Amino acid sequence: MSIDSMFVHKMWDDDELSKMVKNGVPFPMLSDAGGKVGSIYGVFDDNAGVETRGRFLIDPDGVIQGYEVLTPPVGRNVEETLRQIQAFQLVRETKGGEATPSGWRPGKKTLKPGIDLVGKVWKEWDTSMAFDK
Amino acid sequence: MTEEAEAGCARPTGGPVGDSTETQPTEPVPEKKEKNAMIMVGQKAPDFVAPGYQQGKFINIRLSDFLGKWVVLCFYPGDFTFV
Repeated sequence: MSIDSMFVHKMWDDDELSKMVKNGVPFPMLSDAGGKVGSIYGVFDDNAGVETRGRFLIDPDGVIQGYEVLTPPVGRNVEETLRQIQAFQLVRETKGGEATPSGWRPGKKTLKPGIDLVGKVWKEWDTSMAFDK
Repeated sequence: MTEEAEAGCARPTGGPVGDSTETQPTEPVPEKKEKNAMIMVGQKAPDFVAPGYQQGKFINIRLSDFLGKWVVLCFYPGDFTFV
């Protein structure tokens, strides 16, 4: 979503994005004239008159589970976004019975919060697990 | 005279030139508090309707139509802004 019109979105997809993504961008490219939606989400920059790079994860109940906002020159990390969705999906499937510690990826160990785990995380998890390598 | 502008990742914008014709407020302008109704994790995402473009069609999207699915909602400064 940006303040650009849907006509500009079409031109961008036709002229550039479809050269990077076969058949063009598959998801909706939304238009937020005047930044009204961006203002509600706290990502519209009044002075510049444009949205900043905000990214919100919204669960199937319509609840915001996470967000990230960057200034314009730095792009986002799609892998990290997917990792967070996978983590939130696991937590949702286990109804909160499992939690994903720092650095978790699918296949890595989860933690089961409860009285037995208090003060014992050091037995289950070490700092090397926070990193991919 | 026309100056050549550099193309950066911030979408270029303009504005009125010279002294603002606005009268100077004698008191500091109160912060617009209600504007930041503050997005919070764990809270409902504000619903909205927006026009857009998808796969050769102009469309209208309502966020609440996606209940039951995971949604990634991304904002960005503008089309053609490089990153």
